[in-house]
Amino acid sequence: MNLLGKLDWSVVPFDQPIVMFATALMVLTVVFVLGWTAFKGYVPYLWREWLTSVDHKRIGVMYIVLALIMLLRGFTDAIMMRAQQAVAAGGAQGYLPPEHFDQIFSAHGTIMIFFMAMPFVIGVMNFVVPLQLGVRDMAFPTLNSVALWLTASGILLTNVSLAVGEFAKTGWVAYPPLSELQFSPGVGVDYYLWALQISGVGTLMTGINFVATILKTRAPGMGYMRMPVFCWTALASNLLIVAAFPVLTATLAMLLLDRYLGFHFFSVDGQGNPMMYVNLFWVWGHPEVYILVLPAFGIFSEVIATFSSKPLFGYRSMVAATMVICVLSFLVWLHHFFTMGASADVNGFFGVMTMVIAVPTGVKVFNWLFTMYGGRVRFTVPVLWSIGFMVTFVIGGMTGVLMAVPPADFQLHNSLFLVAHFHNVIIGGVVFGLLAGFNYWFPKAFGFTLDERWGKRAFWCWFIGFYLAFMPLYVLGLLGMTRRMQHYDNVDWQPWLVLAAVGVAVILAGIVCQVVQLVVSIRDRAQLRDVTGDPWNGRTLEWSTASPPPAWNFALLPRVAERDTYWVRKKLAHAKDGPPTPPREYEPIEMPKNSATGFVTAFFAVVTGFALIWHIWWMAALGVFGAFVTLLVFAFRDREEFEMAADKIAQFDRGHQAEVAP
Amino acid sequence: MRYAVLAVVLIGAATLGGCSEGVLDPKGPVAAAERLILFNSLGIMLAIVIPTILATLGVALWFRASNWRARYLPDFEYSGRLEMLVWSIPAMTVLLVGGVAWVGSHDLDPRKAIASTAKAVRVQVVSLDWKWLFIYPEQGIASVNQLTIPVGTPVSFELTSSGVMNSFFVPQLGGQIYTMAGMATRLHLQADHPGTYRGLSAQYSGDGFADMRFAVDAVPAEKFAQWVEATRTAGPVLDAQTYPDLAKPSKTVAPFTYRAVAPDLFTGIVNAGMQPRDPSSITHPMSQRAEQ
Repeated sequence: MNLLGKLDWSVVPFDQPIVMFATALMVLTVVFVLGWTAFKGYVPYLWREWLTSVDHKRIGVMYIVLALIMLLRGFTDAIMMRAQQAVAAGGAQGYLPPEHFDQIFSAHGTIMIFFMAMPFVIGVMNFVVPLQLGVRDMAFPTLNSVALWLTASGILLTNVSLAVGEFAKTGWVAYPPLSELQFSPGVGVDYYLWALQISGVGTLMTGINFVATILKTRAPGMGYMRMPVFCWTALASNLLIVAAFPVLTATLAMLLLDRYLGFHFFSVDGQGNPMMYVNLFWVWGHPEVYILVLPAFGIFSEVIATFSSKPLFGYRSMVAATMVICVLSFLVWLHHFFTMGASADVNGFFGVMTMVIAVPTGVKVFNWLFTMYGGRVRFTVPVLWSIGFMVTFVIGGMTGVLMAVPPADFQLHNSLFLVAHFHNVIIGGVVFGLLAGFNYWFPKAFGFTLDERWGKRAFWCWFIGFYLAFMPLYVLGLLGMTRRMQHYDNVDWQPWLVLAAVGVAVILAGIVCQVVQLVVSIRDRAQLRDVTGDPWNGRTLEWSTASPPPAWNFALLPRVAERDTYWVRKKLAHAKDGPPTPPREYEPIEMPKNSATGFVTAFFAVVTGFALIWHIWWMAALGVFGAFVTLLVFAFRDREEFEMAADKIAQFDRGHQAEVAP
Repeated sequence: MRYAVLAVVLIGAATLGGCSEGVLDPKGPVAAAERLILFNSLGIMLAIVIPTILATLGVALWFRASNWRARYLPDFEYSGRLEMLVWSIPAMTVLLVGGVAWVGSHDLDPRKAIASTAKAVRVQVVSLDWKWLFIYPEQGIASVNQLTIPVGTPVSFELTSSGVMNSFFVPQLGGQIYTMAGMATRLHLQADHPGTYRGLSAQYSGDGFADMRFAVDAVPAEKFAQWVEATRTAGPVLDAQTYPDLAKPSKTVAPFTYRAVAPDLFTGIVNAGMQPRDPSSITHPMSQRAEQ
């Protein structure tokens, strides 16, 4: 018996220069960052203030940092794919052999969905939701930290697969029988499965945490119909997480049993049924789309209302539409495989249900339109993203409904038309929304606004690049090109693929502008400083506290008597005969103590995952044992909170009040 | 920016109009009907989508903060009539497109036979790693990576897979259908014009996926009969002994034909997955696949 399982030096792809170059770059970057941090003596600070922090704002920021790093990784994959397809026409094979190209598109999808979009969405919700609810933290602060670090574990495992072994060559959906041991004997699928299982547990924890936070810990007086719309969309999204992610976990667990213990849930022999996986995968997969896009809708609602200096039009409609989408999203999964050969009644039903979802979504678009109507729209960077979204998203929605017509889908399924459609809604909806939110809430997180000029440049590059990159894919789909082709013989397709590659280069310029925006803003932070805590003339509670908010968020918990409560409060304060401000009396606040539980658990999760991937059973047992001991240590802790002294809070708050006062 | 989009759309329209072999250039009744449904649905939705995009841009620009001619309505947040409108516009659109979807999925059910005076030709399709096997049970012949069909005659397909899932797709003749191990799906297509059309797998199936292509030769009936006769005279025989050889993973196999096929071969392939697990019966041992 080999102590290291399947692991030896042959698993490192030394013979593939592209992979080794990427690995070297990744390792050098990590070593440089760690070395620099250690050299500058930042390690204790990082450990104390960030890695062990249970503050929802810090956790949110860390999620977003993870997401941005993975955006770069996933986007590198995108550039490689576009470059390959731009050259591999006719007899040409391009520069990527199939076994490498197949890993790249599988990694691109997995990373962008699970490790870019999800952490970004969860990060924004983490930062914003407790502030909007007017509370001091999430319901379970330590659980929040564990969830973050488990997500990071999944990300780490996925990136390790670049250097040690391989990643899945099955596409990001990993359909069996292709993903079964019989057809994918390598460790690629195991990396995929364990990375998703570990981060999936983290996501489920997040879901539970948010549902509890939103349902049980709102500021005094904040009834459901007074919650900001972003909180509603966050609630819907997290209800979906709680309902859908266990399905994914169970499905992947069954595939793991097939691969590790010779079960045959989804195998082609032993009466397995691969289509069961496909059904279950999309029972999770379609709600997942709404898990991502609903919070983005919430961001647009906040941004459009704030920058139009108006309340959101049709608040009740918006809430109803959100919850209708939340329920309907579980009734449409079959539209991902109309071509399975189900009966006309089944296909017809799922086609019509899919279109029904377009109704509440359409309502939202019209409500944003009427929110701007009669407003004073300030064309800031978040607003540009929002308007860019509205224009782009209706096109993506339209092509989605088009593919919900089963006979049309028979022609368009699995084609580049489909690829164009879902990038149209995911980039045009989710990514635009997240970048709007990034620009909108950045000053809240760091106390200075982001540079407008570079932000606008980033927007225009993304926007134009998106159309250049994906409109050709719609055309290619209609020309009959399917997705995931490492090379193709039809040279008529090539000009469109070259155009798409140019589009990706323009998006790259957008990403560069985004990075420059960040660097320039940090450099000019003195000029961009916002001392008011309310740079946009906001409407909701997060703008009523300092930027960045203190660890306790609000020195005094806000009392809520209406929707857009901060807006109304500001209006009353301006009015001459407004009620006098009551004197502020401070009390000590119980704060949760920092905890290393999340970080340590995640360390053991990585050990366990890596060991299981490589069949190093003793190490897996050790990892599980370590994680269990960590849990025990946490469970038997003596003190979980400490008291923040009243005079410290008073000092901070008086200082802030003095700064805000004209 | 707008001009760039416009240019792309125009170039697209020009290319698609002149059309090169896509789903917008149908050569059979199924593909033609599917294109019509595509256009109808698109038309219905564009009637809403284009005004919405224009209204979005118009409202945003007119109500820009610097435009003092625009009226500021800081309390305009609810209007029953508008809400009614806002829900009913998409609802009515969806009612129309939903009707198209429901009727369309019944009319163009891939299992539904094509009404015709000509007797349908039966073809059994097996997707293998990474090639296509076409069995003509009535003629007792088979071909690999080459599908020959008579023009103006419905073709009735039964499809399955030897292992990994694929999707059988001839864009110019009609929609695709999955091929799945242990299951047989049905599809009916017809070519109305003689010609050679591209066929391919639309479902990613591993390393050799990009080469899982085949040519569809639609030929006049008499030529088809000649082809059948010619095929019967030459080539190997496909039966339970030679099938495992064919089923071994291979890429870019040049088209060839079998002069005879064992009659129950297709049923045997479909039922292979129903047998209890027996290592010797696995059609492609792991090592062979791994070699690829």
